[in-house]
Amino acid sequence: MDAAPLLTTDQMASFVSRGFLRFDAVVPDEVNAQAMEELPGLFRSWLDEFRGVSSGAPTATDATDDGEAPLPRSGTVLRDAYAPDSAFGRMVRVPVIAGAIASLVGDDPVVDHHFVHIKTAGDLHAQGLHCDAIIDQGPAFDIQLFWFPHDVAPREGGTRFVPGSHLRRVNMDDVARYHHLAGEQYFSGEAGTVVIFHQGLWHAGAPNHGSRDRLMGKLRLNPTQPQVRLWDTSDLAPRNRADDHMFARMEPGMVAAELRRSEPWYEPSVHRLETVQRSTLWRYLTGDPDFDVDWYLTRTERRAALVTP
Amino acid sequence: MLWLASPSLDSRVLGWSWFDGTAGAGPQLDGDPPYATGLAALVDGWRMLQMSPLIPPVPGHERDTSFLKHEFVFERIIDAG
Repeated sequence: MDAAPLLTTDQMASFVSRGFLRFDAVVPDEVNAQAMEELPGLFRSWLDEFRGVSSGAPTATDATDDGEAPLPRSGTVLRDAYAPDSAFGRMVRVPVIAGAIASLVGDDPVVDHHFVHIKTAGDLHAQGLHCDAIIDQGPAFDIQLFWFPHDVAPREGGTRFVPGSHLRRVNMDDVARYHHLAGEQYFSGEAGTVVIFHQGLWHAGAPNHGSRDRLMGKLRLNPTQPQVRLWDTSDLAPRNRADDHMFARMEPGMVAAELRRSEPWYEPSVHRLETVQRSTLWRYLTGDPDFDVDWYLTRTERRAALVTP
Repeated sequence: MLWLASPSLDSRVLGWSWFDGTAGAGPQLDGDPPYATGLAALVDGWRMLQMSPLIPPVPGHERDTSFLKHEFVFERIIDAG
């Protein structure tokens, strides 16, 4: 495997602020082609089992009749989960992807689960907006890789997602009422693009107005170590100031500048609370208990320390 | 349904959903968003049915963020016959 380039401080700050990172066309064409061969079969075998057609879905312990690798059980260490020559195994070993994984969840994450999502041509059903799993307590987090092994044009079933929604505490599809949110995105892009989501990011399957099925491989990973300073932190120290807010001016180049970002769908009052949520997450990621954005945490913590119990 | 930037009906629309009881037989909404503010929907003839109450935060969870806070529900009765 080639050396995996770690994420930059700017990329990590963007992930904390917006809840996703996008890597366009990073998976080689031959790996995407392999995925187009392997992944639909995985989905169909699951679908057959789901419908009671057969019980032939490959399992964690049984190789399939056609020699496909067994599927990993939840909790399998990623490096042992997929054969290096399998589609998923090759994708997670693409240096850019391997570096992003290592930066976000460490060198030894485990597989939570993976799945193949197919949105067939002409399927105009809009899935309800949701986040996966339940309300997971932070600040430690999982990541989810969304791999699109073929070109996805606008309106051809690219996943809908809502930047900046990942730190809102909601349960599953309790947000399905929101059909349109300002600033939401529908994925479109080139083959081999991988978008990495924070576990809490709101998303939904989108209508496919195109003429071909849309395929997407999803992989959720759990960290097994504190997610502290795992990225390329060579530029972090001078950019990590909590006191960059001076007379309503902010010092450029600071991490806080990214963590202050608003989204078009944010209420202004809630935007301030979002910066607090992000500051808390950044404290965890940096191991710096004094980090802050715009003094929201610091002033209340200092006042609280004055009060005798 | 509209979700606004503040509890004030004339504030900016952040999100919207439309449930068409005519199953397409009635007039359709245009625009992205269809109205710039909640007040603009009133001006266009929609009747407001409900708005989110202003509820103090739960002690200990003052800084949590969750659902959009300022939800307004409207209806319009039309003759689809």
